[in-house]
Amino acid sequence: MVEPANTVGIPLNHRALLKDELDIVIPTIRNLDFLEMWRPFLQPYHLIIVQDGDPSKTIAVPEGFDYELYNRNDINRILGPKASCISFKDSACRCFGYMVSKKKYIFTIDDDCFVAKDPSGKAVNALEQHIKNLLCPSSPFFFNTLYDPYREGADFVRGYPFSLREGVSTAVSHGLWLNIPDYDAPTQLVKPKERNTRYVDAVMTIPKGTLFPMCGMNLAFDRDLIGPAMYFGLMGDGQPIGRYDDMWAGWCVKVICDHLGLGVKTGLPYIYHSKASNPFVNLKKEYKGIFWQEDIIPFFQSAKLSKEAVTVQQCYLELSKMVKEKLSPIDPYFDKLADAMVTWIEAWDELNPATKA
Amino acid sequence: MSLDEINKNEVDIVIGALNADLIPFLNTWRPFFSGFHLIIVKDPDLKEELNIPQGFDVDIYSKTDIEKVVGASNSTMFSGYSCRYFGYLVSKKKYIVSIDDDCVPAKDPKGFLVDAVSQHVSNLENPATPLFFNTLYDPYREGADFVRGYPFSLRSGVPCAASCGLWLNLADLDAPTQALKTEQRNTSYVDAVMTVPLKAMLPVSGINIAFNRELIGPALVPALRIAGEGRVRWETLEDVWCGMCLKHISDHLGYGVKTGLPYVWRNERGDAVESLRKKWEGMKLMEKSVPFFDSLKLPESAVTVADCVVELAKAVKEQLGSDDPAFTQAADAMVKWVQLWSSVNSSG
Repeated sequence: MVEPANTVGIPLNHRALLKDELDIVIPTIRNLDFLEMWRPFLQPYHLIIVQDGDPSKTIAVPEGFDYELYNRNDINRILGPKASCISFKDSACRCFGYMVSKKKYIFTIDDDCFVAKDPSGKAVNALEQHIKNLLCPSSPFFFNTLYDPYREGADFVRGYPFSLREGVSTAVSHGLWLNIPDYDAPTQLVKPKERNTRYVDAVMTIPKGTLFPMCGMNLAFDRDLIGPAMYFGLMGDGQPIGRYDDMWAGWCVKVICDHLGLGVKTGLPYIYHSKASNPFVNLKKEYKGIFWQEDIIPFFQSAKLSKEAVTVQQCYLELSKMVKEKLSPIDPYFDKLADAMVTWIEAWDELNPATKA
Repeated sequence: MSLDEINKNEVDIVIGALNADLIPFLNTWRPFFSGFHLIIVKDPDLKEELNIPQGFDVDIYSKTDIEKVVGASNSTMFSGYSCRYFGYLVSKKKYIVSIDDDCVPAKDPKGFLVDAVSQHVSNLENPATPLFFNTLYDPYREGADFVRGYPFSLRSGVPCAASCGLWLNLADLDAPTQALKTEQRNTSYVDAVMTVPLKAMLPVSGINIAFNRELIGPALVPALRIAGEGRVRWETLEDVWCGMCLKHISDHLGYGVKTGLPYVWRNERGDAVESLRKKWEGMKLMEKSVPFFDSLKLPESAVTVADCVVELAKAVKEQLGSDDPAFTQAADAMVKWVQLWSSVNSSG
């Protein structure tokens, strides 16, 4: 059995890396008690809380944290009609936090994620590892069998082309989870007791041309490099699908990163995922997605962006056109989603006029 | 699958002997090699007699044996590290496991010796998943599975063609890297097996490798030789080239290649700085190879492994032949290899 770390007594790190350049985005509908455990690692940073659900409820933020909080009323006020692209009653609403942030980097984490322990028993500072991942190059053009070559104690192996050893900029750092694994509903129903106890001590770049299931529970990215592609789609209230927000973003992000020559890493850091959501509720949310993804995946695998698409926004708008053309026949939802993708970019550019790359 | 369920009759352990005294090597591996059939191929250029301890079921092949099978003119194909390929050629088993003779069993983080043979066979027996990356790595491992968002239609995987293991202590770094970081040793035990995705290239190391001979045998080609290469891995690229071919052919035929566990412990040998003194052509050859493989498309009509090797050799000769004679020689060797494979295994 694996347990979360006890962080009592860990001193606050006053020289926290990038503390003025990174925002932590947390969606919540309940409370933020989990932050207490993260205090030594996260208190130096600015938080953006996106409050989902009933805006009249007050979400208490533990003392000492510097934060801004947005509820549904705020989102509607700030975006006006464009607020239609932000999901309601789904953690997908977190992408609003990405949009309003003014920082270069984002770390997003779920409110049921605690601090994990590494095999030596030490508490894992997940944010620090994410930052290391983002600040080091990626190597998507050739797989290194010793994984991240820039890590202490590692390097490129024999046969790795020297011309590829400088790597490319890292846009995304995808972390993993101990304890409750991120399974879909059918797998959860079949293996309700399975827990992830395996700590795989590696970070690696996902090769160019390869798609992956991006989980939003423990994720960091360079907002300047890829921010506009991190739209978490239309989920939750009034939508036919849920639990595909991060997946959708991940597929879009990977296609665009591959096109623009940016890297996506996965592996460390681990967090400790404490809550298993109800598999029957999940099944209802995922149901259509399970069928749709069979068509969505080949769509993304064969998506080719034009040479003229050189900014993230341009890439994203091209993708939205392809979604409308190729996926709408599956279900009118994709027509709505394609429109929402455009609305998202419009809203992003409105709130971030300087970031048109 | 349980590691106990391996059918030892389906496996040949092929060892290329570059050292004459194999007693320490085989004795340390005894717990894991015992019960298996061994094929030991002596480097044709090694003059001394081999020293093999008792108690192994082993067939030994030396220069005369090699020449008897492939002819004197072809025996140079099997010199140095490439001697093991002769073992691949004459084996009659489904799986081959091959480990360099300067490696011993590694210890896992709990202090237990790693049974590299069983892990390799387990990797080969379980499907590979090259079409979509699973963030929890090998989904067939105990305690793991496919994660949310992994398409269901891809969850049965594809046959695994090769299992590339790793090394603790002396990692398989090239000479410039090892010379620069003389003290660096690999102490990181990464507890994962994963499939290298479709179209992704990787540097396959022959130090610790296994493959499904029935599925992909002829694709492991003893082809690329570097002028003046010596008997240290730093001076060779034969396995890296072999791996590029193997991966490309696997991708084309819909098979998978895994990497990760098992680890072996690689002992100190040779001097990276010394190797660096030789002008190492390997770097140049790799730079030319990568764009070649990246853009290569084998024809749809190539449906057998042998066809693929022949087509690959043709493309190498056409596109790389003028860059360096090493490539032309490699292409010729690949064609010769397929012919040899076919004639030696004509009953198979």
